[in-house]
Amino acid sequence: MTSLGPYASFIVTSYTLVAAIVLILIGWITLDYRRQKERLRELEASGVTRRSGRQATDI
Amino acid sequence: MTLIDLANPTKFLSLTARVLPWLAGATAILLLVGFYQAAMAPDDYQQGATVKIMFVHVPNAWLAMFVWGVMSLAALGTLVWRHPLADVAAKAAAPIGAAFTFLALVTGSLWGRPMWGTYWEWDARLTSVLILFLMYLGLMALWRAVDDPSRAARAAAVLTLVGAINLPIIKFSVDWWNTLHQPAAVLRMGGPSLDKAFLIPLLVMAVGFSLLFVTLHLAAMRNEILRRRVRSLQMMQASQQAA
Repeated sequence: MTSLGPYASFIVTSYTLVAAIVLILIGWITLDYRRQKERLRELEASGVTRRSGRQATDI
Repeated sequence: MTLIDLANPTKFLSLTARVLPWLAGATAILLLVGFYQAAMAPDDYQQGATVKIMFVHVPNAWLAMFVWGVMSLAALGTLVWRHPLADVAAKAAAPIGAAFTFLALVTGSLWGRPMWGTYWEWDARLTSVLILFLMYLGLMALWRAVDDPSRAARAAAVLTLVGAINLPIIKFSVDWWNTLHQPAAVLRMGGPSLDKAFLIPLLVMAVGFSLLFVTLHLAAMRNEILRRRVRSLQMMQASQQAA
């Protein structure tokens, strides 16, 4: 790998920021999935069923 | 499974459960290869190592526009064909598109400071991309502001199609006006003007980021379908309690 030269901080900041935002997106989508599944489990436990008769958490 | 089957949210969920792990794996491999190639790419004779910012800036800038294009197709699906997953697709894509646009703006700014001597210039390309970012935020606010999903879907679809006018403005802004931003170097008449040493890592990163978008979009669509399932069950629960 070549040296990053006098503007290394601009290059490193760019790549770090991209990695951080991508990780935040992945984390947010993963947490949102868990939250929705949890809410469906709670609704199912309270006795609410889908019109199809399938379980709320069924995919 | 035919395309029409995917109109059924349950079948769509079953498909995403099968393809998401493969897509995530392919995305990770391509991005790792892309980052390695970007690190190994030679310095530009004028820009030096700063050219490495291109490998993250350009894919994010392309995706910023591409995602709005996907949302515009979904908007047509909502307004014309009333496809049940069209609004789900558009709503799930908006925050991802906003993130790509934000990254395009910030990495562009970080590239501009050493090359142009300024982080920001109110020129046509930069301003039109900033407008795109604000439109993403506006659209996300609209979905949150309207309680009824079908009303929100129609309003968001109209706004998305109006906003699509900005896409050719962004693309051709560097040709129509004098700007600090360089003209197109890859998607241009006569083929790419970039040397292979830069073009190959750039294309690998572009495919990697595109796969990242597909993966995140499918996962976000799955979440949105589940959120709507939660909403309909909560409404059923409320009506049962009221009866």
